[in-house]
Amino acid sequence: MSEHRTIRLRVNGRAYERSVESRLLLSDFLRDALGLTGTHVGCEHGVCGACTVLVDGRSVRSCLMLAVQAEGAEVETVEGLGSPDRLSPLQEAFRAHHALQCGFCTPGILMTCVDLLRNRRPASDDEIRHALSGNLCRCTGYDHIVRAVRAALDAARDTPG
Amino acid sequence: MKPPPFRYIAARSVEEALGALHEAGGEAKLLAGGQSLMPMLNFRLLRPAVLVDINRIPGLSGATEDADCVRIGALTRHTDLQNAPAIRARFPIVADALSHVAHLAVRNRGTAGGSLSHADPAAELPMLACLLDARIRTQRAAAANTRDAAAFFLGPLATAMEPDEMLVGIDLPLLPERHGWGFAEHARRHGDFALAAVAVILSAENGSMRNVRVAAMGVGDTPLRLPSAERVLEGAPFAPESLAAAADAVRGALAPMSDLHASADYRRHLAGVLAVRALRAAWERAAA
Repeated sequence: MSEHRTIRLRVNGRAYERSVESRLLLSDFLRDALGLTGTHVGCEHGVCGACTVLVDGRSVRSCLMLAVQAEGAEVETVEGLGSPDRLSPLQEAFRAHHALQCGFCTPGILMTCVDLLRNRRPASDDEIRHALSGNLCRCTGYDHIVRAVRAALDAARDTPG
Repeated sequence: MKPPPFRYIAARSVEEALGALHEAGGEAKLLAGGQSLMPMLNFRLLRPAVLVDINRIPGLSGATEDADCVRIGALTRHTDLQNAPAIRARFPIVADALSHVAHLAVRNRGTAGGSLSHADPAAELPMLACLLDARIRTQRAAAANTRDAAAFFLGPLATAMEPDEMLVGIDLPLLPERHGWGFAEHARRHGDFALAAVAVILSAENGSMRNVRVAAMGVGDTPLRLPSAERVLEGAPFAPESLAAAADAVRGALAPMSDLHASADYRRHLAGVLAVRALRAAWERAAA
């Protein structure tokens, strides 16, 4: 009964080929098949935003996509941003502004912010809050997160290209 | 919280998708953006034998202006619809209302056709389809079909489509050059399903409201046009008494449900308040 398919895709620039069950969620594929456990799984029905990744450059809930749907896609996860020794500018801003506490929501929030910074360039804190509304954080509140995003945005603006 | 097993078909054409639907004899579901279907699968509220993924079918995306309408492909993502030049120019109400749909990552995947097919009575696009007299284009076997939005929505999550019928596009007939629009929604948190929303289109002629259309959502089994409120407003001067009469007409036309989030009385009251807000916004734009 369990139907399998072979998929090919790129994750954080690296090519993968795997046989997966058709019903496997992209979130579980990233974590269990590829060992990329930076993508967190919270609610598994598209509410909490913890599993947010980029697929072909756009933020999506990886719990609301099947792995087989990512055939041929370019996926980016939090592991693609930076490493503990070399944080990305956005991650560095999160550290500097105390924008995380327990860290469970952080990978999803970072990937939402990557979409925001790359594709949307919000002008106001209100727009940042609007974009973050799809990611639940129950520790810090959002003030520090908004400050970090604002700082990363300002830094990106000051260094063109 | 994992989907039950199913046979997965990535259709490459509308014909292939329709063939798979027909063959499955009512046991298949179409997968578009998946932002409503995937949660239902994860919760196992649905157990389709076959899942027909239509995301790889070419030619079903985009919004383009035609002679008398804007044509929207069923697979157009909410984000792309919001940003489409034809929508920005001709139907800014659609771009505005879509900003209330869930959150960024959901709008990046969710599709126009998916929202209409899902037919949630508290969803923005179905209400706009009713307000804008949309023509909903579908395909079933070799036959193409077009239905008016008014005849499309039958109940909560129920449409006039047959199980082996597929929505392929939405046509929005162009509005008169000079018109105003208003959209007012209230939700507990931005992006949540609305407790209620009201949308209005009208023209301003010598201080009076003309060609008035009023639609509401979240306050019935389907999105609703409110002809009784439209009649009260048609030709009426834009004045506090007219707005109060319209709010009464809106409230009188509705029989909303009570639930955890709001009582029926509150929803009915709210719809009147939102109608006045939407009317004021529409008048300002029409008279500008």
